[in-house]
Amino acid sequence: MDWVRRSNIVPVGVVVLAIIVLWYAFAIVLNAPWQQSVYARGEIVDVPIGQYLTDLYSQQRPVLPAPHQVATEFWNSVFMADPSTPRSLIFHAWITLSATALGFVFGTVLGIGLAVLIVHNRAMDRSLMPWIIASQTIPVLATAPMIVVVLNSVGLSGLIPKALISTYLSFFPVVVGMVKGFRSPEAIHLDLMRTYNASGAQLFWKLRWPAAVPFLFASMKVGVAASLVGAIVGELPTGAAGGLGSRLLAGSYYGQTTQIWAALLMAAGLSAGLIFLIAAVERFTGRAMGAPA
Amino acid sequence: MLGTGRRGCSLSDVVSAKGLGLTFETADGPVHALSDVDLTVGKGEFVSFIGPSGCGKTTFLRVIADLEQPTAGSITVNGTSPQAARKARSYGYVFQAAALYPWRTIERNVALPLEIMGYSRAEQKERIARTLEMVNLSGFEKKYPWQLSGGMQQRASIARALAFDADLLLMDEPFGALDEIVRDHLNEQLLDLWDRTNKTICFVTHSIPEAVYLSTKIVVMSPRPGRVTDIIESTLPRERPLDIREAPEFLEIAARVREGLRAGHSYEE
Repeated sequence: MDWVRRSNIVPVGVVVLAIIVLWYAFAIVLNAPWQQSVYARGEIVDVPIGQYLTDLYSQQRPVLPAPHQVATEFWNSVFMADPSTPRSLIFHAWITLSATALGFVFGTVLGIGLAVLIVHNRAMDRSLMPWIIASQTIPVLATAPMIVVVLNSVGLSGLIPKALISTYLSFFPVVVGMVKGFRSPEAIHLDLMRTYNASGAQLFWKLRWPAAVPFLFASMKVGVAASLVGAIVGELPTGAAGGLGSRLLAGSYYGQTTQIWAALLMAAGLSAGLIFLIAAVERFTGRAMGAPA
Repeated sequence: MLGTGRRGCSLSDVVSAKGLGLTFETADGPVHALSDVDLTVGKGEFVSFIGPSGCGKTTFLRVIADLEQPTAGSITVNGTSPQAARKARSYGYVFQAAALYPWRTIERNVALPLEIMGYSRAEQKERIARTLEMVNLSGFEKKYPWQLSGGMQQRASIARALAFDADLLLMDEPFGALDEIVRDHLNEQLLDLWDRTNKTICFVTHSIPEAVYLSTKIVVMSPRPGRVTDIIESTLPRERPLDIREAPEFLEIAARVREGLRAGHSYEE
C-alpha cells in the first residue's frame, strides 16, 4: 500500500473523477433544450427519468457530448478504423505529429542559433530582441493563412508550411530560455576561463553550453506544446486533406461535436506524450551531467 | 634554526608593481581600490596580503591576474605585462569559492585547464592523478562536486590550479569559508606543497595567524584608499609545525601585523 501513498494516483484519480461527474452534469444542462424540443415535436410526454437520460446521453449531435460518447468515438476512430484512411484518428494524428516534429526541430535550432548570436554580439542583442518579442504579439491565427497562401504560391505545400508555423511559435521560448541559459554562468566561472586564456569557442562549449542545458529542456517543453498548436492552426485554413486541425474543422462544419472532442483528446494526448518524452531525455541528460538523483 | 628565512634564495622578481593605482568609476563617484602600491614578489616567496575588506588585497591579486586593469602606475608579471603573463598561462588562480563546474566530476574539473591548454589524453590522466594525490583527493576522481564537503571542493580547486605547471599561484582567501579545523589542516598541506614544488604563492587572507603561519612576507594593507601600510619579512624557518604558532617569534610577528593594521586605521570601522 505504500506505493499508493507515494504515487500521485489517488490525487490525480480524484480530480479526474470530479471532472467526469461535472462533465455529465453539464451535459444534462446543455443538451436538455434539444431533447425537450425532440419530445415536443414527437408529442411525447411523461418520459421516465431513466429513459430521459438515456436519450439525452445518446444524441447524435449533442452540444456537449458525454464522456462515454467521446470515449466511444475515440475508441472507434483510433482502434477500429484503418489507420491508412481519413476515418482514422491515427491517420490525422500522424500528419499533425510530423509537422509538429519538423517545426519543433526547426524552432529549437533557430532559437538556439539566435540566442548564440544575441549572447555574443551586443548589436544583435539590441536589434534582434525587440523583433523577436514583437513577432509573438501578432496572433498566429491571423498570420497562418497568409503564410500558407504565400508558400503555396512559391510551390511549397503540405508539410512545410505547417512546420514553419510551428517553428514560428516554438522558437520563441527557446530563444528567451537559451539567452538566459548562456548568460547563467557566474562571474567566478567566467573569470576562471579567462585565467586559462580560453578561446571563445572553448568558453562556449565548456562553460556556456553545459550551463544552459537545464534552460534548454525547460524551453523545449514549452516549445513542443506551442509547436503542436502551430501545426493544428496551420491545418485549419489550408483545407488540408488531413491532420487534427482539418478534423476539428470538418467536425465543426458538420456539427460532429463528438468528433471534435475526440480530436481534442488526441491533441492533448500527443502534447502530453511529447512533453513526457522531453522530460525523459532531460532526466537522462541530468544523470549524465551529475545532477543529484 | 630560527632566522634562516628564505631570503637567501635567488630573487628574480615574479611580480613587480610601481606606483600602482586602480580607481573604479561608480555612480557614487570614484572608488580608490588601490593607490600608489609599490611591491615586489621574488621567486619562490610565499606572500600574504592581509587587511580589512575594501583594502584592495583582492583587487591587487586580480590586477596581477589581468582580471582588472590598473589606472595608474606599472606592473610586471614574470617580467612582462599581466596580459602577456595570462596569455602565457603563467599563473594558477584559486578563488574564494571552489568554482567547480557542477556538471563535471572532480577529475574532469581538474582536467578543464588541461583540455583548454591542449594536453594529450595520457598527459591529462597522469597530471590528474598526480595533483589529486597532492591534495589528498585520490579516490574521489569520479565524484561530482556536490558529493564533496566544502573543504574537499576547495582542495579540488587547488588541484585544478596546480594541474598545469604555472610557477605562480594566486590564492584569494581560499580557506575563508571553511571552519578552523579544516583550515589548519589545509594550511599545513599548503605549506608542504609549497615546500615540495617551489612555487611562488600570493595569498589573500583576513586572518592574522594564517598570514603569519604561511608567509615569508606579509603585506599589510588598509582601505580608503587601498594601500600598503607595512611589509614584514618573516623570520620564521621554512619548516613550520602547527605548534610554531605558540612560539614567541611567531607572536612577535603577529603583533607587528596587528600593529600595522591598527596604524592603517583598519579597526576604526
